[in-house]
Amino acid sequence: MYLASLIDLSRLQFALTAMYHWIFVPLTIGLGFIIAIMETLYVRTENEFWKRTTKFWMKIFAVNFAIGVATGIILEFQFGTNWSNYSWFVGDIFGAPLAIEGIFAFFLESTFFAVMFFGWNKVSKKVHLLSTWLVAFGTILSALWILIANAWMQHPIGMEFNPDTARNEMIDFWAIALSPVAINKFIHTVFNSFVLAAIVVIGISSWYLLKKREEEFSRKSIKIASVFGLISVIILIWSGDGSAYHVAKKQPMKLAAMEGLYISKPGTPIVAVGVLNHKKTITKLENDSLGFALEKPYLFNVSIPHGLSLLVDRKLNSFVPGIEDILRGGYVYKDEKGIEHTALSIKERMKRGKEAVDALSLYHKSKKEDNEEGKAVALITLKENFSHFGYGFIEKPTDIIPNIPLTFYAFRIMVILGGLFLLFFTLSIFLEYRGKIAKIRWFQYFAVINIPLVYVCTQAGWIVSEAGRQPWTIQDLLTTGASLSGISSSTVATTTIMFLILFSLLLAAEMTILFKVIKKGPSSEF
Amino acid sequence: MLYYLQHYWWLLVSLLGALFVFLMFVQGGQSLLFTTAKSNEEKNLIINALGDKWKLTFTTLVVFGGATFASFPLYYSTSFGGAYWLWMAILFLFVIQAVSFEYRNKAGNILGARTYEIFLFLNGFLGTILIGVAVGMFFTGGAFTMNKLSILNETSRVISQWSNGWHGLDALANPFNLLLGIVIYLAAKTLGLLYIINQIEHQKLILKLRNQLKVTGLLFVILFIVLLIALFTMKGYSVDPENSMITVVKNKYFINMTELIWPAVLLLSGIILVLTGIGTAFYSKGKYSFYITGGGVVLSVWSLLICTAFNNTPFFVSHTDIQQSLTLYNSSSSEFTLKVMAYVSLFIPVVIAYILYVWRALTKKGESKGEVSEADTYSY
Repeated sequence: MYLASLIDLSRLQFALTAMYHWIFVPLTIGLGFIIAIMETLYVRTENEFWKRTTKFWMKIFAVNFAIGVATGIILEFQFGTNWSNYSWFVGDIFGAPLAIEGIFAFFLESTFFAVMFFGWNKVSKKVHLLSTWLVAFGTILSALWILIANAWMQHPIGMEFNPDTARNEMIDFWAIALSPVAINKFIHTVFNSFVLAAIVVIGISSWYLLKKREEEFSRKSIKIASVFGLISVIILIWSGDGSAYHVAKKQPMKLAAMEGLYISKPGTPIVAVGVLNHKKTITKLENDSLGFALEKPYLFNVSIPHGLSLLVDRKLNSFVPGIEDILRGGYVYKDEKGIEHTALSIKERMKRGKEAVDALSLYHKSKKEDNEEGKAVALITLKENFSHFGYGFIEKPTDIIPNIPLTFYAFRIMVILGGLFLLFFTLSIFLEYRGKIAKIRWFQYFAVINIPLVYVCTQAGWIVSEAGRQPWTIQDLLTTGASLSGISSSTVATTTIMFLILFSLLLAAEMTILFKVIKKGPSSEF
Repeated sequence: MLYYLQHYWWLLVSLLGALFVFLMFVQGGQSLLFTTAKSNEEKNLIINALGDKWKLTFTTLVVFGGATFASFPLYYSTSFGGAYWLWMAILFLFVIQAVSFEYRNKAGNILGARTYEIFLFLNGFLGTILIGVAVGMFFTGGAFTMNKLSILNETSRVISQWSNGWHGLDALANPFNLLLGIVIYLAAKTLGLLYIINQIEHQKLILKLRNQLKVTGLLFVILFIVLLIALFTMKGYSVDPENSMITVVKNKYFINMTELIWPAVLLLSGIILVLTGIGTAFYSKGKYSFYITGGGVVLSVWSLLICTAFNNTPFFVSHTDIQQSLTLYNSSSSEFTLKVMAYVSLFIPVVIAYILYVWRALTKKGESKGEVSEADTYSY
C-alpha cells in the first residue's frame, strides 16, 4: 500500500478540517447579522411577520452553528496533536489570540445563543434582541482573533527570537493585533461571510418563488439580503485588492504562483482568464532547465497589460517578480518603509538561513561550555541572519514554490465569482425595486445556482491564502516540515479516515435537516 | 515577575479546569440515557433539561485548551502531540456531542434519534472518564522526551516525542488515572442528577433519579476519599528552581498541602461542601444541593490542580527521563505574553457576570414575560 508522507497527510488532515469548518462558519457569521437586522425590525415595528421570519432563519442558523462548533474544536486540538513543534516554536505568539478568542468571543456566542433560542418567553423583547446582536457580534469577534493569528502566519511581526528557549516570543502585542495584514484579512473574511449569507438567503427565498410559495416572506428577505449583500460585496472586492497588495509585499512567491508568472518584466500584465501549460512543471525546471524555458507558461490566456503592476504597486511600470526571478534574486524591490533593496537569490537565503541555524547550535554549545565570547559571536550571526532562518530548513531552492495550478486556478475562480456576485446583487436590487422579482424565473434559477457557487468561491479564497503560503507555516521562519509532531504517518492516515467518515455523515445529516426545514418553510412558524 | 505570572496563569488554568469538571454535569446527565432514562419521554426530559447548558461546558473546554496553549505551550505540544490517541479519543467524544442535541429530534437527521442518544451517552460516560485520565497525567506523568533544541537536529526535528507506540493509551493502564477518571465520571453524574431533579416536574422520573442519586452519590464520596488517600501517599517530584534539577519526593502532594496550607483549606472546604450538598439532597428536597455540591467540586478540583504544579512541583513528569519533565518554569510562555494575557484575564469577571445573569434568566422555570405561545418554546 502506498503511504503518503507524514507532512502530506498532516496537511491533508488540517486542510480537510479547516475547509469543512469553513463550510459552516461564514454562514453563521453572515446569517447572525441578517437575523439581528430582522429581529430589530420586529422589535421596532411589532409586526409578527418579522418575528416569524427571524425565527425561520434562526432555525437554519442553529443547525449550522452546531456543526461549526463541533469542527472548531478539532482545529484547536490539531495544533497540539499534529503540529506540536509549531505549537512550541510560535505558541508564545500564536496561543494568545486563540485564548483571547475563547475568553472574549466564544463565551459571548455560546451564552447568548442560549438566550436566542430558549429565551423568547424568559427575557424581555429588548434583552432578547440584544442577545441576538451579541451573538452576531461574538461571531465577528471570534473571526477577528483567529484571523489575527492567521495573518501573523502570513506576515510574522511583533516578535523576537529567544535563543535560550529556541522559540519566537512576543514583544509587541499591538503590532500583531493591528497588523495591516490582519485588519485586511479580517475585513475580507467577514464581508465574504456576509456575501455568502446574503446569497444563501436570496437563493432559498428564490426557491420559494420558483415553487410559488411564501411570496411576502421571500420578497422581504430578498430585499434585506440584496442590500446587505451589495454593500458587502463592494467592501469585499475593495479588501481583496488590499489583500493582493499585502501579498505582493510580504509573500511575493505566493503572488507569482497565483499568476503562474515565471519570468517577469516591468509593467507586468495580469492574467484575467487563462489555462496553464501543464508541461511547464517544477520537476522540469529542476531536471531540464532548457526544456522548461522553451515551454510557454500558458496554453491560452487573456491578460490585462500592466494589470499586475497596477494592482500591487499602483504604478503602471513597476516590476512584479515571477517565480524564476525570485529564485534568482537580483531585482530591486521596496520594503514597507519605501527603502529599496536588492533581492537575494534563494540559494543565498538558504545559505544565510543555515548560518542562522548553525549559530543557534553554536550558541547552545558555548552556553554549555560557559563560553561567553562564543555565545556573543553566535548571537550576532544569528541576529544578522534571522530573517532567513526558515530557509535553513529548505533542501533545494524550488522547494519554496507552492503548488502553482492549485493557487492559479483557485485565485481565478475566487475573483471571477466575486465579480459575478457584484452583478447578481445589483440585478437583484433592481428587479426587486421594479417589483418583478417574483415573476422572473431565470433570475430565480440563477439565485439558486449561486448558493453552491458562493461556497466554491470562499473555499477557493482560502486555498489561495493557505496553499499559496507553502512550504511555510510561518512565512520565511518555519517550514511545514519542521512544524510536525512525532507521530507516524499511518496514525495520521487513520485519524484522517475517521474524520472523513465523521464529516461525511455529519454533512449529510446537516444538509438533509436543512432541506427539510426549508421545504417545510417559514409558514410553519405562523 | 515571570515567576508570579507563571503561578497566576496556573491558578487561572486550574480554575478553568475545575469549572469545566463542574460543568460536566451536562455529561453526567447524558450518561443517564439508556441506563436510568429508558423511555422516549424520559430521554426527552433529560436532554431538554440540559439543552441550554451544554454549549457552556463545551466552550469552557475549548477555552481551557486555548488558555493552556497560550500560557504553557510546551505542555500543549508535549501532551497533545505525545498522548495523541488519548486526546483524539476525547476529541471525537466531544465532537459527536456538539451536533447531537440539535440534530437528534430533527426531521431528516439520517442517523436516527437513537444514534445521537448513543453519541450523548458515550460523551457522558467515556468522555468524562477519559478527561479524568488526561487530568490524572498531571499526577502520574507520561512517557516522553523533550528537547527544545531538536528543531536544529536534521534527522529528527521533533521537540517532544512519546517514548512508546501507545501514544497516550498507556495512560489508561495506570490505576490512579483510571480511578481519577471514574471519580470525575461519578462527580459529573452526581451533579447531573442533582441538576435535572431540580429542572423537571415529572414525579416518576424524579423518583427514579433520586434512587439513582443514592447509589451514585455514595459511590462518588467513597471513591473520592480513596482517591485522596492514594494521592497523599504517592510519590511525587520536586524541581530545584536554582538549577532545574528534578528529584523524587515521598508524599509530595501531601507535603504541598501542608506547606502551602491554603490549597488544603480549599480542599477541606470543597469536601465539606460536597458532603453537605449530597447530604441535603438525601434528606431534603435539596433545592440548593446542585450549587453546593458544584461549588465543592470546583474548590476540590482547583486545589488538587494547584498542588500538581505549585511548590516547585513538575506538573508533567517524564518517565523516560525525569530531568525532561515539564515545570511551570520551563514550559510557560514568555513574561511579555503572560503579562498581556494577564490584562486580558481582567475581563473574566465580566464574562462570569453575564454567564450568571443568563443562567439565572434561563434556569428559572414556570415564569414568563409577555405572551407565551407554544411556538416560543424551543426544544430538542
